[in-house]
Amino acid sequence: MALVLDRVCVRQRGENRLDEVGLEAAGGLTTVIGPLGAGKTTLLRVVAGLTPPTSGRVIVNGRDVTGVSVRKRSVSFVYQRFVNYPSLSVYENIASPLRQDRAFPKNGIDRRVREVAALMGLTDLLGRRPAELSGGQQQRTAIARALARPADVLLLDEPLANLDYKLREQLRDDLRAMFRDSPGVVLYATADPAEALGFGAPAVVLGGGRVRHAGDVAEMYDRPPSLDVAATLSDPPLNLLPGVVRDGRIECLGASFPAPGAHQPGRGVVLGVRPHQVTIERTGPGDLAFPAEIRLAEVTGSETFLHLLLPGPRHLVAHLPGTRRFDPGEPATAYVDPARVFVFDERDGRLLAESAAEVDLHG
Amino acid sequence: MKRRPRAGGPARAVRHERAAAGRVRLPWARTVFWLYAATLMLPLLWMFGMSIRPNEDILGGFSLIPERVTFENYRTFFEDQAWYSSYLNSIAYTTLNTVLSLVVALPAAYAFSRFRFAGDKHLFFWLLTNRMAPPAVFLLPFFQIYQAVGLFDTHLGVAIAHMLFNVPLAVWILEGFMSGIPREIDETAAIDGYSLPRFFIRIFLPLIRSALGVTAFFCFMFSWVELLIARTITSVNAKPIAATMTRTVSAAGVDWGLLATAGVLTMIPGAVVIWFVRNYIAKGFALGRV
Repeated sequence: MALVLDRVCVRQRGENRLDEVGLEAAGGLTTVIGPLGAGKTTLLRVVAGLTPPTSGRVIVNGRDVTGVSVRKRSVSFVYQRFVNYPSLSVYENIASPLRQDRAFPKNGIDRRVREVAALMGLTDLLGRRPAELSGGQQQRTAIARALARPADVLLLDEPLANLDYKLREQLRDDLRAMFRDSPGVVLYATADPAEALGFGAPAVVLGGGRVRHAGDVAEMYDRPPSLDVAATLSDPPLNLLPGVVRDGRIECLGASFPAPGAHQPGRGVVLGVRPHQVTIERTGPGDLAFPAEIRLAEVTGSETFLHLLLPGPRHLVAHLPGTRRFDPGEPATAYVDPARVFVFDERDGRLLAESAAEVDLHG
Repeated sequence: MKRRPRAGGPARAVRHERAAAGRVRLPWARTVFWLYAATLMLPLLWMFGMSIRPNEDILGGFSLIPERVTFENYRTFFEDQAWYSSYLNSIAYTTLNTVLSLVVALPAAYAFSRFRFAGDKHLFFWLLTNRMAPPAVFLLPFFQIYQAVGLFDTHLGVAIAHMLFNVPLAVWILEGFMSGIPREIDETAAIDGYSLPRFFIRIFLPLIRSALGVTAFFCFMFSWVELLIARTITSVNAKPIAATMTRTVSAAGVDWGLLATAGVLTMIPGAVVIWFVRNYIAKGFALGRV
């Protein structure tokens, strides 16, 4: 099983929803991650055949299916909002794609429905109507329906986004186990980096209708090739600070550290710092220190998000472990280890170097 | 009045409580209601009273309770072919009209609700403007065309003529309901492999059941009460009951009893239809945009 998108473009109302998207996915799970409006849904709809591409081809198992009607394709789709047939019971909802599939043996339907229902924990709810279910149960019904028929391509469009936190965690674990040995291609769209990282599957980062990067998600997280990718994979959001190259060093808001590699003096850079890399206690002699003012402390229980105002004025968020009390207006100093800073080119957002430390190592 | 919790589980009970809490108590509400209902019902009761007494009593006295009860008028109605056949004519073309209007309006409403095409909004508005023209405008064209194509004095002819104002109405009501059904349902069905007609019948129609009921009711009602067109394009074979009712004036005067009988009977089909769609009427007036 393999899915290939060949330079797919979608233009709607004069806007490029998808721009020359190329993608290759083998059997098993592939995560499509991107912020709101990145084109995730459009991409999935093109693969399903619900939205015809303006140009480009969709190839499933070596066969060009670009012009093939949705009804004739072997795909399943799970929407972000729970979509089931309201007039049918859960059982009939799950059975419905099987009943329409002529290749599926009629006497196998009942067994398959019960099998999938058991997998999704719906066995006791088979007789109910979707309106009598909770949100989580409705979405599990939708997923069960999508899983029931052995489709070439299974598409999930942020299926867990509308569920509450606990249920999301649990379903995510279930899905991961389910997709691991799936023979078909599974495309899972999400805006949540934790989901993409949690699945640990190959990922495609979308942004502004283009593929920003594709590859191993953990690698991408550790060494984001561009600012877009780093921002997409960071939750809480990446802190961005302005910098400039001067005398072989990068200066940023009064602090400076050795520049990674030789760069044209005066070149503008953007420093990306993940919130958990910001501390308020010095951790090493090379730390960059920024005088700051505490604006707000959000305590979630096991962790504290500290919003700091740097001169500039610049906003910086520190993600600190544990519950800690701070008073707004209190002065503080934010410390960042330059080895943990991503340096991006100001103009094209490319990663210049992962960190200053790397340069030091290479002499 | 003491309110007892109804059956139907805690969810319904809660909704019930909430509705009860939001209700304002008006001390005179009951009295005003019955006064209003009595005012509405009086002419109907009077008509029923007239239909079960002889003509002399109708003209002779003035009382709500008849002195002599007779079903002679009803016997006349159902024995005289001119009467009962026109009654059946009305039922026939009205039913035919309701069915045809729905069959035509369903695909149209679906298209308006689901597809964007050049001039769709204008077309939708144009459809509604058909209801704005007085029916009399269409009398002559209908009369001449029907004479030419042989639809004159047929049930089908009247049904088609009434579709002129019933189809726009049906499309309008159905479109509102259909637009309330998420498009993802259509897409999911397509992905599941349903063909469009199959999806329409198996999945979609059950979802807009209430809309079907309401639309059928409106089509039936408008066709049933319409007299001008129905009378002009019929002569004998499809003559509506309302036209026959004008026959009661003769040299011997007006046959009040028979006229009242016809009046009572013309109300029955409407009442039957209302009984079936009574639960959907409120939703119908909201036109699906609840």
